[in-house]
Amino acid sequence: MDTLIPLFVAIPLISAFLIILLGKLVNGFHRFLGPITLLVLLIMAVYEFTGLGKSSITYAMGGWASEGGFPVGIYLVLDGFSVLMLCIINLIGLIALFYSLSYMTKYTAESNYFALFCLIIAGMNGVVLSGDLFNLFVFLEVSVISSYALVAFGIGKTELEASFKYQVLGGLASMLILLAIGLIYWKTKTLNIADVRNVLDAGYSQSFYLFVQVLLIAGFGLKAAIIPFHAWLPDAHSSAPSPISAMLSGVLIKAVGIYVLIRLFFNMFVFSHEIALVLTSLGAISMVVGSLLAIVQWDLKRLLAYSSISQIGYVVMAFGMGILLLLKGDNEPAAVLAIGGAIYHMINHAVFKGLLFLNAGSLEHRLDTRNLKEMGGLSKVMPVTSTTSFIASMSISGIPPFNGFFSKLIIIIAAINGRFYLLATLAVVVSIITLAYFLKFQRYAFFNKPAGKAIQKIREVPFPMSFSMIVLATLCLALSLLAIPSVSEVVLRPAIDVLMQPELYSPTMIGI
Amino acid sequence: MTVYILCFVLFLVGLYGVITRRNLIKIAISLSIMEFSIFLILVLIGYIDNGLAPIVDPGSSAQIYVDPLPQAMALTAIVIGLATTAMLMAIAIRLYRKYKTFDIREIRNLRG
Repeated sequence: MDTLIPLFVAIPLISAFLIILLGKLVNGFHRFLGPITLLVLLIMAVYEFTGLGKSSITYAMGGWASEGGFPVGIYLVLDGFSVLMLCIINLIGLIALFYSLSYMTKYTAESNYFALFCLIIAGMNGVVLSGDLFNLFVFLEVSVISSYALVAFGIGKTELEASFKYQVLGGLASMLILLAIGLIYWKTKTLNIADVRNVLDAGYSQSFYLFVQVLLIAGFGLKAAIIPFHAWLPDAHSSAPSPISAMLSGVLIKAVGIYVLIRLFFNMFVFSHEIALVLTSLGAISMVVGSLLAIVQWDLKRLLAYSSISQIGYVVMAFGMGILLLLKGDNEPAAVLAIGGAIYHMINHAVFKGLLFLNAGSLEHRLDTRNLKEMGGLSKVMPVTSTTSFIASMSISGIPPFNGFFSKLIIIIAAINGRFYLLATLAVVVSIITLAYFLKFQRYAFFNKPAGKAIQKIREVPFPMSFSMIVLATLCLALSLLAIPSVSEVVLRPAIDVLMQPELYSPTMIGI
Repeated sequence: MTVYILCFVLFLVGLYGVITRRNLIKIAISLSIMEFSIFLILVLIGYIDNGLAPIVDPGSSAQIYVDPLPQAMALTAIVIGLATTAMLMAIAIRLYRKYKTFDIREIRNLRG
């Protein structure tokens, strides 16, 4: 079973290579190989997920086993948290790629798109699997460089400008991360995440690592678009082709931003009160400001992009609360709730934000506009888009039968149990603001009087697009099941355990 | 210590360039300068006074070698830096074809 692990990176890399090589020669080769690759990856991820349980597997690349308890080679680690991320990445990837089959027909150089898509998946799979800091940085660059290219894929004026902005800020973030990794190596003389933890357990200088942690928060905060670092996100996510927006907003900012931040702060560094406070307040600020910025937008995809910032705020805030509660030590159930709620919300956000961007893509595909003022009355002519986007909107704003309600509820209950009353109030208020701007989207896009164009000529989108949207909408409902304790015990509990007990993570990895 | 301060100064020179320059190409160059200051820091981390290049010779004993790992990291990072710079240049050239200028004050369709 552990031999499957490197395939998560190798398969998409090979497919990307083959698509570049043969895509021009064999007609329709990329349309065949791309979805097959993602399907295989998804099946593998689910297989690993069912087999893994609470254990974790380490794969030593190139067979370099540890020497006397000292890790020599590069390790890939599969545990409860990373397997969950793998499932999400490959699931959203498969659906977005299936959607692109008909969405990308209006672009040229389609085979390049599919190759880049495979590369972005390879990078993200590598990031969540890597147990080595520098290797993680390399995979991170693989995925973000392909995302730079994909944002600019339309090569219009706005796409190029957004991509340039994204690259300058992304380059800055990569440098901060590289500097932090260098500094960690300087003090600990190891790059292995678990080994760094072992060295830190033996004693460390607080001030030096605070500096490193601040560098990491700035670097990965830029990748995850937490509020003071968010400037690139609305431009990049709204300019990219819609399936790519779904990938960027739904998965990329989580896999290369939040996931790494959380993995490093929980499993590598020793908790510190200051950093927990910084994370919690950054999360709360981006939650509030993101939603306030979203409500004034008229460009549909910008509205969704700002809403991503706000929802990411929920996740970061809940993780910060979790660390604060663990540090206090007297209220462990609340900490479990906070961390579990954060992971749950992360999964949910991937699903419903992916779906919303696909909806926006369908509207753009048929109407050639993203301006809400130019839409209206579409619920009759585009029933699938209308219904699925209604489900996604209700789910993101936290209306009961859908998944968003339960994850937000868990976070709010955790905040109340942990006596963070201000944060609980803010979470409720932001949820109401979210409902407001999604009602605005629903009303102006689907229910108002039609503006301008004759809407009778507009038809529903083709099968691959509507099918992807229906699958995601079903998932929005199905994921509510995770709120049932016995289900979440199986799905979320291993991830929570790995994060809460770093001593579980380290020994299995080094092999001592 | 002086070397580290010089590296930091180089980093700040790059940052100053990214913030103040108006030309797309100059922004890209400033980013490269920042990148190279980080590479220098990486190499400095592995440096040991009087250390030799880390090619272990069984004949001679008790030598001091510099740490090879940061050098490998710097090399990998240089390759990644090349990819990002090439990507940045490609976008800059495309932008030039659209706008006939490299001036960022005239390339402003999007607002944060």
